[in-house]
Amino acid sequence: MTASLIARAAFRTALVLIGVAFVTLVVLLPLATVFEEAFRKGWSYFAEAVSEPDAVASIRLTLIVAAIAVPLNVIFGVAAAWAIAKFEFRGKGVLIALIDLPFSVSPVVSGLIYVLLYGAHGWFGPELQAMGVKVIFSVVGIVLATVFVTFPFVARELIPLMQEQGTQEEEAAITLGASGWRTFFSVTLPNIKWGLLYGVLLCNARAMGEFGAVSVVSGHIRGQTNTMPLHVEILYNDYDIAGAFAVASLLAGLALVTLIAKLGLEWRYGGELAAARKH
Amino acid sequence: MKRFWIQLAAALAFVGSAAAAELLNVSYDPTRELYKQVNEAFAAKWKAETGEDLKINQSHGGSGKQARSVIDGLEADVLTLALAYDIDEVQQRTGYFPADWQSRLPENSSPYTSTIVFLVRKGNPWGIKDWGDLVKDGIQVITPNPKTSGGARWNFLAAWAWAKAQPGGSDETAKAFVTELFKHVPVLDTGARGSTTTFAQRGIGDVLLAWENEAHLALAELGPDEFEIVVPSLSILAEPPVTVVDQIADRHGTRAVAEAYLKFLYTPEAQEIIAKNFYRPRDQAALQRHAETFPPIPLVTIADFGGWAQAQQTYFADGGVFDQIYQPGQQ
Repeated sequence: MTASLIARAAFRTALVLIGVAFVTLVVLLPLATVFEEAFRKGWSYFAEAVSEPDAVASIRLTLIVAAIAVPLNVIFGVAAAWAIAKFEFRGKGVLIALIDLPFSVSPVVSGLIYVLLYGAHGWFGPELQAMGVKVIFSVVGIVLATVFVTFPFVARELIPLMQEQGTQEEEAAITLGASGWRTFFSVTLPNIKWGLLYGVLLCNARAMGEFGAVSVVSGHIRGQTNTMPLHVEILYNDYDIAGAFAVASLLAGLALVTLIAKLGLEWRYGGELAAARKH
Repeated sequence: MKRFWIQLAAALAFVGSAAAAELLNVSYDPTRELYKQVNEAFAAKWKAETGEDLKINQSHGGSGKQARSVIDGLEADVLTLALAYDIDEVQQRTGYFPADWQSRLPENSSPYTSTIVFLVRKGNPWGIKDWGDLVKDGIQVITPNPKTSGGARWNFLAAWAWAKAQPGGSDETAKAFVTELFKHVPVLDTGARGSTTTFAQRGIGDVLLAWENEAHLALAELGPDEFEIVVPSLSILAEPPVTVVDQIADRHGTRAVAEAYLKFLYTPEAQEIIAKNFYRPRDQAALQRHAETFPPIPLVTIADFGGWAQAQQTYFADGGVFDQIYQPGQQ
């Protein structure tokens, strides 16, 4: 009896140790390395690396892209989740599959799709060129690729939540004479706000960090079409290791801020969140 | 700290304001440092001559990949790639500029040349002196993939030329030598810069086959106390060519400045910058001044392989010699 208890305790300890070792090796150490390497040449070198014009341009572009892609995906995501969770219609399965598509397709392929569609020799290339519209190798293409890659985050977060909540409250609101918009803003939106915030945070983190799809449609023009992840690669290849890690640490910092915001939300509104997320 | 934010704000404002004229130079991997300096010098000269502010934008990547991007719509005013074949490819698929583009500027439109040398670890522990030493037992050779890298194709052809030039050499002995050589290659990166990083920063391999300019740059950037350059008895003359992309420059209204930019590369001022960045200048005076950096090497040329179109077809096309001799993972 005691022998088996000891064995069980040992087994449990071993599992915990394996878990801790794994997290340390795979998550904590690389993260620590990023910051250590970033400041290897000192604070002034770090400041110089992140305030140099090309770096600033990449930070600016990353923020612009996220500022466009995230709101678009909030609108698309809420609309799609609302349609899927609250209504019955034909082709619902197809819509759900389409929303999941960006998760299952390699980001490089996502980028290539846009080159094949909007590139100079793509389906719409000649027409766009005649109109003087540049999609690929410009900010437009980068935004498109980012929207595509981050499309599922908001919708995927909301669909189970909204399905769980059902349609009774909306039905009650409509019976009491509320309009569609009023129902949405006064009933549906308050019910999903925490789930929505979660989705926005995840979507934003991915939008800023996306490399593969953006790399394909960027054209890598320095100071113009390089986002932060692309700029990190460029600096690394320029033998500027400290500079690469400096910009990478900014990206990691953004991710950490996201994480802390998420933890803060959980701590402050833990009860509400748990209620909203039990699905 | 406060100064940092002021700098950041200033830089943001700077990025926001568009320059009067812009030029996009789409180039290959190792020319980053070179064109950064050339651009500064030319923009200053242009400003002095015309009073116009000029901003020259750069895009770098593997030569073949960059050609592909221009074909797909990257709006390059000028192309400065690793080999004529890649520019030919753009010409044939887009017709943006005439087929005889390479005769429009002096020296085959190649304002600088380079060649292939070896980079070894300090003290040359394996005693590598020439191509033949690369296939000694236990030596690991680092070179990029000839399918994707311009530099790797020059590496391949240089090795081939050396083997063929040996007593009793023929295409058969050359093929046998190159086959043996690639058995010593543990990893193929997609571009020249990737291979340099593999060798220099990750410490993989005993010898790197590299552009002469790339080898010198690695030496300068990563420490002369870590590596040394070995010059083989025979190598190949690499001529990285340049051209204006006529139709795109016309659309942007930058034809005149684009042409002036490329002509500038042939001036003594630019030739000096070129030499300082370890590319062999065409200008004899500049070459003399840097004679120590550029020892004379007997060089074969791409013409000895029947030109790029034929070399590409024979050696690097699908099913070509490289496909026949290289199987990934063999040791």
